[in-house]
Amino acid sequence: METVNFLMLIYVFVLAIFVGFELITKVPPTLHTPLMSGSNAISGITIVGALLSAGMQQFTISTILGVVAVIFAMINVVGGFLVTDRMLKMFKKK
Amino acid sequence: MGRSLVIDLAYLVSSIFFIYGLKFLSSPKTARRGNLYASIGMLIAIVVTLFDQQVLTYEWIIIGLIIGSAIGAVLAIKIPMTGMPQMVGMLNGFGGGASTLVALSEYYKLTPNIPINTGIAIVLSLLIGGVTFTGSMIAFGKLQGWVTGKVVKYPMQHPLNAMLLLFIIVAGIYVVIDPTLVNIVILITIVSLVLGVLLVLPIGGADMPVAISLLNSYSGLAGSTTGFVLQNNELIIAGALVGASGIILTNIMCKGMNRSLMNVLLGGWSTAGSAPTEAGSTQTVTGNVKSVESEELAMIFDSVSSVVIIPGYGMAVAQAQHAVRDLMNVLESKGIKVRFAIHPVAGRMPGHMNVLLAEANVPYDKLYALEDINDDFSNTDIAFIVGANDVVNPAARHDQSSPIYGMPILNADYAKTVIMNKRSLNPGYAGIENELFFKDNTLMYFGDAKDAISKLVNEIKAL
Repeated sequence: METVNFLMLIYVFVLAIFVGFELITKVPPTLHTPLMSGSNAISGITIVGALLSAGMQQFTISTILGVVAVIFAMINVVGGFLVTDRMLKMFKKK
Repeated sequence: MGRSLVIDLAYLVSSIFFIYGLKFLSSPKTARRGNLYASIGMLIAIVVTLFDQQVLTYEWIIIGLIIGSAIGAVLAIKIPMTGMPQMVGMLNGFGGGASTLVALSEYYKLTPNIPINTGIAIVLSLLIGGVTFTGSMIAFGKLQGWVTGKVVKYPMQHPLNAMLLLFIIVAGIYVVIDPTLVNIVILITIVSLVLGVLLVLPIGGADMPVAISLLNSYSGLAGSTTGFVLQNNELIIAGALVGASGIILTNIMCKGMNRSLMNVLLGGWSTAGSAPTEAGSTQTVTGNVKSVESEELAMIFDSVSSVVIIPGYGMAVAQAQHAVRDLMNVLESKGIKVRFAIHPVAGRMPGHMNVLLAEANVPYDKLYALEDINDDFSNTDIAFIVGANDVVNPAARHDQSSPIYGMPILNADYAKTVIMNKRSLNPGYAGIENELFFKDNTLMYFGDAKDAISKLVNEIKAL
């Protein structure tokens, strides 16, 4: 991997952290639990890497690890978004 | 070229959906839409990845997607609201586990041609992902009651953990230099998994809000490191957003307990001084405890005009949120103003009380954060404490020898009358006596929160 390319990835990472801080400080305490479960679901984005591993042409140890990773990441994604929606549905104003 | 450009642009769109999703979480009115946006972002990411040139076979992918989705859906639908801390704990773990697996998978795919940058990213993924996976499972076990919720001490705790971490760093350097060392890679994975267990085991039950928030942050960072392995910007962005979120929550939780992150991670209040039981006996809190029965209490409630309810973990344990809602309704029908005061660390995770009360149909605009209601207690007739203890202990304000000294507390004792519902006079998590029990304006209302409050509601209705 080129150093320049890698440096760009670090740029993206650092800037995204700042965006994250700006966004999350505006979430009210009453929504902190849904924030955790919802952001949890977002961290299931690892599914992208899992799919790339599970879909390789040859079946190798990488494929097996990839398939288990797909299962793990999907539990995170589906479980996270669904349970967050279930919670948010309940938040009502008078 | 054309295809990968489209895929990269789609990842950008997906990232924007994530950012909007979190942005809409800034208000309960738009939050549900935000969650929908984030899930659309995820759907876009998954679909375009299936068109990636690396993806050539679909059988295993489909099997994995179906199994994972089914388990996730069942968990999300079945889990009771009181079980939400466990659920979040477990989900954190699966995110971390997925990162570890992807890093291992990439290692086997690329070895021995692994550039240094990628090698570092793989080692970091294994470390953070592994610690997140087993750490979260232990947190889940503690919250579920399968693993003891107490502060667990083991010999050589800190040197051992420091050594394991050092081992991972040194072994990691070897692997980065010589990627053919398969056994070392496996060893790094195993040691990371062990480290996760050892790090979370000492953390006590009431410190779980901090642990869960921190693991939440780790699960995000694990996603970012996987992004560095794959050189994928979207993973890096999404992971960083979650990482930032977890860090902010961790910080709020630590402030809520007036403790440093280190102090929490190193295990328990008792590090502040002597063992909890001794700390309790050195306190010179004495006086008479006045207890009250439901009939008398109903009459007291009937004569006031404002009530602030302070829920704590005890309300969750007793599943008393619906009874509390009934109490709110019956008081309001008599024209009494009812509000709720929520301490930042009430319960076992950030926002725990808010979710339970929302489930019981308590409107969220009746719930007040500590800083928004603390000045109002002196104008309040009754502070009704349901299953909370340390967060209302006035010792935090004035007793410099108390382990909780300096912790922000709800000023319940400033109310004209304090009513505490508890099962017994046992001290709270911090193991210290609560002088509030003995104050002149405090009445103890003993009993299981759910039964006791239901009884109270019936008595008030009968008046």
